[in-house]
Parts: sequence; structure tokens; C-alpha cells
Amino acid sequence: MLTKRIIPCLDIKDGQTVKGVKFINIRQAGDPVELGRKYAEAGADELTFLDITATIEQRSTFAELVEKIAQNINIPFTVGGGIKNVDDVARLLDAGADKITINSAAVRNPGIIDALAGRFGSQCVVLAVDCKQHASGSRVYLDGGRTQTERETQSWVKETVDRGAGEILLTSMDHDGTKNGFAIEITRAISELVSVPVIASGGAGTCQHFVDIFKKGKADAALAASIFHFGEINIPDLKIYLKNKNIPVRIK
Amino acid sequence: MRIAVIKYNAGNIRSVHIALEHLGIDPIITDNPTEILQADKVIFPGVGEASSAMKYLKERKLDTLITSLKQPVLGICLGLQLMCNFSEEANTSCMQIFDTQVKLFPPEQKVPHMGWNTITELKGLLFKNISDGAYVYFVHSFAAELCNAQIAVTNYIYPFAAALQKNNFFALQFHPEKSGQIGEQILKNFIDLKG
Repeated sequence: MLTKRIIPCLDIKDGQTVKGVKFINIRQAGDPVELGRKYAEAGADELTFLDITATIEQRSTFAELVEKIAQNINIPFTVGGGIKNVDDVARLLDAGADKITINSAAVRNPGIIDALAGRFGSQCVVLAVDCKQHASGSRVYLDGGRTQTERETQSWVKETVDRGAGEILLTSMDHDGTKNGFAIEITRAISELVSVPVIASGGAGTCQHFVDIFKKGKADAALAASIFHFGEINIPDLKIYLKNKNIPVRIK
Repeated sequence: MRIAVIKYNAGNIRSVHIALEHLGIDPIITDNPTEILQADKVIFPGVGEASSAMKYLKERKLDTLITSLKQPVLGICLGLQLMCNFSEEANTSCMQIFDTQVKLFPPEQKVPHMGWNTITELKGLLFKNISDGAYVYFVHSFAAELCNAQIAVTNYIYPFAAALQKNNFFALQFHPEKSGQIGEQILKNFIDLKG
């Protein structure tokens, strides 16, 4: 049976995981390769690395890092952050990434999704959507949540899948950072709307939140950062919890 | 040992290359017929679309070269599909090594089938030291129907052939290079096969 995926997300700045995070039982806290390997050993199903730096020089540092990750981690990993064009993607895939995520650039130029799917295949194009609930419905945000658009979330996601997005990474800004649980309703609506897998992101605080997003939210995968980084939930325990709630998971 | 990885217009072979290096193999990445023929073993990877991949292989006569090989050959993902009789993807005639056809998953569940799933009913040396029910990583929308050549079965919507073998030809629908230690063991088993 196909299992639900648990995906730790690492924010990268200048080739290092973002400081200020207290990693448990890891000597080289800042080294994304080391941290990624620990997560893979603990049973993470995939990894996501997001480059939160902006300048061109730093982006080439990120490509070098992607190469190191590829050489050291033998589970699938996705990279993203600041991707603007097809060449950026080619560089990251050549460096050994399995998938890329694209967000703001796709909203500004939706044709890039068609171009990426046509050249590299839909399987490596993960469309990231940051959304927020308004009285009039859910709206898409850009630039790490700083810029609001008039795009309605469901119609945007539908369009991206029609254009060739192979997977959706849905982050609810209303839930992100709250630790009060994932956004069940919008995730379920999106998951029922499109044929491709949906990764839910934002709001994980307890093991039960993962049960809810898989059962009620119909997510195919769940992504979280701080609860894993701070050791509040460790992946082997989470997987056993999920298994006991009859959710199919890969236990190593 | 000389291992050739066939280079063609179907996707990223970087991770296969890295996985082989981890096993102490420095593969030759090539579309040169002589280099392929002289290799001890051949890996035929691939991610992409069946008809354009077959067209590319035919134009270079790599399809007839692959079917004529006598050393162990391992197809991966699209590689497996191209070694079957036929693929529903753009109604493509394939290499007819395995007597089965490749069909699109019905839209009852998410397509592609993406993520970790189990392999069962394992047969043969390729799965030496692999337990029935081991997890491996899949990403695909088309799958080979069960047939006499199957050496592993996976269930998604319905049971399909996760691995095939006929004589010296082996093929995997999943990605061993992305399947952690299990995948590494399967690649090692292929490398250890007696030519």
C-alpha cells in the first residue's frame, strides 16, 4: 500500500541551516547535509531544502550544496527558493535534486510551469502555494507571504496542474507557525480538486495533527520544520503513532 | 567492473551515477554502441515520455542494440516500460523484451503513483537479502501488467509488475537509487550478478 509521506523542511541561508534553531543530538547543527542524513536515517520519506537567501552569488552556493546533498542522501529531495527561470531549475536538477518547488515566479509567469513540465517532466515540478483565508475565500500570496494577490487558491492550483505541475505543496499562512494543526478544509478541497499528490504544510504541533491532515484533510504528505528541528516530535515516534491510527506509513 | 549507463533523452541519470559511485563503481555514461557492447553490465535508466524516448532510441538504433545484449541489463522506471511490448503512453510500440503491456493508472486515486510502497512476491537474485514487503520509492503514471516475467509485485489501485526478469534482462519500476538502503542493496545485487 502506498504510504503517507513525512517531509522535514530545512531553511538554508548561505549554505547553512538557519541559525537560532536548537537541533537535538546533532553536533554540526548548521550543516544541512548532516541534518538531512540524520532525518533520512530516522525515517523521513523525503526532504525539502528551501534557499531563503536572495542574491545570485548565494544561489550558486546553494547549487553547490545541492550537489553535496545528492552525494550523501539516498532518498528523494526537493529544493526551492528564489527560482525565477528554466535555467535556475536546470542548474538545481543537474546538481542532483529530484524535484524543485516554484512559487512566486509561477504566479508572475504561469507559462514557466508549462516550460518546466515540458522540459523536465511533471514529476519534478512541485507547485508551492502560500494561501490565506479571506472573507471572500482563500487567496494566494507571494514573496514568502509578503505580497497578496487576487488569485483564488483553488482556481490557481487547478490551473497549475492543467499546466503540468506534478505535485502541490500547500501552505496555509493562517496555520503556519501556530502549532494548532494543519489547514484541514482547504487541503481537503485541493486534494479532491486535483489528480496530483498534495503536501500539506503549516501548523503541525502534535502527532494527532498529522493523523487529522491525512484522514480528514486527505493529504498525501505532510511537511513540517520546527517541530522536527526542535525535537518536539521525532520521526520514528510519529510513524508509530500514525501506524497505530491505521495510517499507512513506512516504518524502517 | 565496467558498467555502462545508457545516455539518452530521458531524464536525470545523476542520481543513478551517484548511487553506483557509493558502491565503488565508476560507471561509463554513454550512448556509444561499442562502449555499451563491451561493458560487463548495462543500466538503462529513464524518466520521461515513452514515445519520444523510443523515437530517440530508434533513430540511433539503440533499441536493437539493447535487445541484442547478452550481459546483464537493468532497466529502471521508464527503462522498464520501454522493455515491454507496448505502452499506452502515446500508444508506443516498445522493445518487446517482456511480454506484457504498460497501462495508465485509472484516475481512481492520485496519479502519478508517488512515494514509498511495498514490493512483494520477490523472486531471484536481484532481491537477495531483501525481505518481502520492503519499501521502495516510486514515481510513475504508467505500470506494466502482471505477467510470467514478474519478479516483484506492488499494489496501487491494482497489483502491477514492480520488477521483471527474462534471461539477462532485469527491470525495476521503482527507483533503487532513491530507495535508501533497500535500493542500495538491490543495485549491489545487480552488480554482484554473474555475467
